[in-house]
Amino acid sequence: MSNIVQQLLSGNEAVARGAWEAGCQFAAAYPGTPSTEILESLATYPEVYCEWSVNEKVALEVALGAALAGVRSLAAMKHVGLNVAADPLFSSAYIGVRGGLVVVTADDPGLHSSQNEQDNRFYGLAAKIPVLCPSDSQEAKDWTRLGFEISEEFDIPVLLRLTTRVAHSRSVVKLPTADGRRPAADLGEFQKELPKMNLLPVFARVRHIDLERRLDKLQRYSETTPINRMEILETELGIICDGVAYQYAREVFPSASFLKLGMVYPFPRELVLKFAEKVKEIVVIEEVDPFIELQTRALGLKVRGKDVLPRTGELNPAIIRRVLGQENSEGDRRQAESPVEDVPNRPPALCPGCPHLGLFYSLQKQKAIIGGDIGCYTLGALPPHNAMDTCIDMGASITFAHGVDKALGDADPRPRVAIIGDSTFFHSGITGLINAVYNNSNVVVIIADNRTTGMTGHQDHPGTGKTLKGLETVKIDIAALCRACGVKECIRVDPYRLKETKRIIQKTLKEKKTAVIISERTCALVAKEKKPPKRIDPEKCIGCRACLSLGCPALSFSNGKALIIETRCNGCGMCGEICPKEAIG
Amino acid sequence: MNLLVCGVGGQGVLLFSRVVAHLALTMGLDVKMSEVHGMAQRGGSVTSHIRWGKIVYSPLIEEGTADIVVAFEQLEALRYIHFLAKTGKLFYDPLQIEPLPVQLGLVEGLSESAVNSRLSALGCYPVPAFKLACELGEPRIQNTVMLGAISHFLEFPISLYQEVLRSLIKSQHLEINLRALTAGRNIIRPKTKDGSPTSLG
Repeated sequence: MSNIVQQLLSGNEAVARGAWEAGCQFAAAYPGTPSTEILESLATYPEVYCEWSVNEKVALEVALGAALAGVRSLAAMKHVGLNVAADPLFSSAYIGVRGGLVVVTADDPGLHSSQNEQDNRFYGLAAKIPVLCPSDSQEAKDWTRLGFEISEEFDIPVLLRLTTRVAHSRSVVKLPTADGRRPAADLGEFQKELPKMNLLPVFARVRHIDLERRLDKLQRYSETTPINRMEILETELGIICDGVAYQYAREVFPSASFLKLGMVYPFPRELVLKFAEKVKEIVVIEEVDPFIELQTRALGLKVRGKDVLPRTGELNPAIIRRVLGQENSEGDRRQAESPVEDVPNRPPALCPGCPHLGLFYSLQKQKAIIGGDIGCYTLGALPPHNAMDTCIDMGASITFAHGVDKALGDADPRPRVAIIGDSTFFHSGITGLINAVYNNSNVVVIIADNRTTGMTGHQDHPGTGKTLKGLETVKIDIAALCRACGVKECIRVDPYRLKETKRIIQKTLKEKKTAVIISERTCALVAKEKKPPKRIDPEKCIGCRACLSLGCPALSFSNGKALIIETRCNGCGMCGEICPKEAIG
Repeated sequence: MNLLVCGVGGQGVLLFSRVVAHLALTMGLDVKMSEVHGMAQRGGSVTSHIRWGKIVYSPLIEEGTADIVVAFEQLEALRYIHFLAKTGKLFYDPLQIEPLPVQLGLVEGLSESAVNSRLSALGCYPVPAFKLACELGEPRIQNTVMLGAISHFLEFPISLYQEVLRSLIKSQHLEINLRALTAGRNIIRPKTKDGSPTSLG
C-alpha cells in the first residue's frame, strides 16, 4: 500500500495526470470553461510540450500532426470548441494515428459558462470516433491513459467526454508514488504513407472502408471492455447510465442493478441485451440528450428515459428522485424550508477598474446595431450597459454585423458595430474581418483588447508575447494585422479616457466604411496596479446617479448620494471623469 | 457529511472548500467537492459542495440535506437556506454585499438588518468573519476566520487544520492564515449539552 498515494484532483487535473502517465508528449488547446485547466495542469509537467493554440481547429490539427509524427498527443476544448474543430475531427477518423490521439471535450450541461448545452457524444456517432465518458476523477485519469491505448490499438482518435461536474469536481485519485510514466516514443524520421494520410478521394474511399472495419473491431471491444460493466443487485429495476449521471443515480438507487457505460460509442449492443434479460424494467439516466436511450430503443427494448427525465439542464440526485418517485433514505431529516423567493439575483458582473466598463460607457446612447462576441465583455449586453444585440459564437460579432449591413443597406440608418475581444479576434475574428473588407462592408469593429484571455482566467494568446510554457515569443500587433487585412482606418483608444474614447467612436460611426477601433488596456485583474480608492465628497455630490451608469461594482447609492465601496474600488478614476460636479477624487 | 459553502465570487469560497476537502482526505475518507469556474466567478453568486464519508457518489448535495451551510455573505445564506437539513446548522457572515442590480438601483434590495433578523429567526448563527479579518488587517482572510469558527462542528482535530493550511497556502500568507484560524475558532464557543453554538461577539 505504501507505494500508492491518494490525491484530491479535479477531473481536469486527472486528465492531465493520465496523459502524463500515458507518455503523452504533445498537447494543445484553446481555453474554454470547463476545459481550461486540463492544459494548465499538463503544462506543469516538464516532459510534455503544451501550447495554447489560436483556436480549437488549430489545436486538433497540430495534435493530429504530432500523433502522425509518432508521439502520443492530446487536444482539449470545451464542447462548442469541438464544433470549430469538427472538420479535422471527421478527417482524423479516416486517417487514424501513429502515436495515440485523445481529444477531450468538456461539455457544459446547465450552461454554467457557455452559449448552449450541446451533447458531444453525438460527435462520436457522426464522426465515427469512440467515445469514453468518465464519471469521476479516478476514471478521468485512468481512461485518458486507456484512450491512448485504444487509439493506437485501433488506429483511431478517441473522444474523451467530460461534463462540468466531472471536469470541476474534485475526488480522490490513487496514484503510484513511483514514476508511473510510460517511456517516451522511440522516434525516427517522419514516415510518408500517402494512402493513409492523404484524403484525396481516391485514397479516402479506401480509408472509409478501412474505418468501418476498425469500427467493427471497436464494436467487439466495447462489448467486452471492463469499463462497460454490469452491477447486478436487485433485479426489479435496471439502470443504464454514463458519466456523472451514474454517481447521481447510484446515490438515489443504492440497491438497483446498473449497466454503467464507460464507452458509449460504439454502443455495446450485446451487453445491453444481456443486461435487459437480467432485469424487469430499464430506465436510462443520462444528462441532456437521449444518446444511450436512442440506441437502446433501436435494439427494440422498452425503456423509460427522457419521457420523464429532463432534456435540458444538469441532472442531480434530487431531480432523479423526484421524477422516478424514489424516497430519500434521509427523508426524516429534510428541512421543511422552501427556497426563499425574494432574494435579489446576483448576476456576474464586470470587475471594478475593468477597461470594458469604459468602452461600454462610451458606447452608451450610440444608436447602433451591435454584434457581440464571447468573453467577459459579453456581460456588456446586460444593464446598465445594454451595449450588445447578439452573442452567437466565437467570432460571430463581425460576421453578424456584416450580414445585417448587407441585408438592410440604407433601410436602417444605424451604424453596424462589432465588439470582439483580443483572444476571440485571434481565434476567429480575422477571417470575418477580411470578409467584411473584401465585400465592401460598413462595419466598425471594436476590438476590446485587454491583453489576455479574461473570462477563462487569464491565459496567454498570440498578442501577449508569452506561450503557455512561459516562454517569450513574438507579440502579434493587432493594428498591423488589421491593416494587413485591408482595413484602412485602425485607431487605438484608451478606454479609461472616456471622453476621448466616446469622441473617436462617435466620429468613426459616422463615416460609412469598415474601420477598426482597438480599445486597449490591460485587464484590471492582470495589471494589478491598484491605486488608492477614490472618494466621493458628499458636499459636492448632487445625487444625479451619472457615475452609476458606468456599471462599476465599487459604486453604490445611499441616502440620495453616490457612494464608493472602498474595499472594492481599484482607483481607476473613470467615475471621476463622468461626475459633472467633480465630486470624486 | 454534507457541507455547502456559498458566497460572492472573489470571497475565497474555493480555497475554503479545498481546505475542508483536504481535511477529509487526510483522515482517509472518501471525499468529493464541486467547484464553480468561468463566468459565474465574476462577482456572481458562487457555491461549492463538499461531501465526505465512507463512500461518496454524487458530487452535489441535495436540497434539504446539508449538515452545515457556510455563507460568506448574508443574502447568499438566504438564497441557499433550503439546502439545510432539519438537523443542520447554518453559519453566515452578517455582512451584506449588495448585488450589482441593487447597487445601481435597478432592483429593490433587502436591508442588511432585516436579512439578519430573518436568518436569526430561522435559527442561523452569525459569524462576523469579515469584520474580524479586517481587524486582523487582511480582509482576504475572511474565509480562514470562518473556517476556524466552524471547526468546532467538524470532526477533524485542530492540528490537522494547520497541517492542511501549510500544504495549500503559499508560505508568505501562511502566518496570517494561521492567526485567522485561531481568531475564528475563538468567535464561537459550542455549548456541550445540545451542541448548539453561541457567539461570543
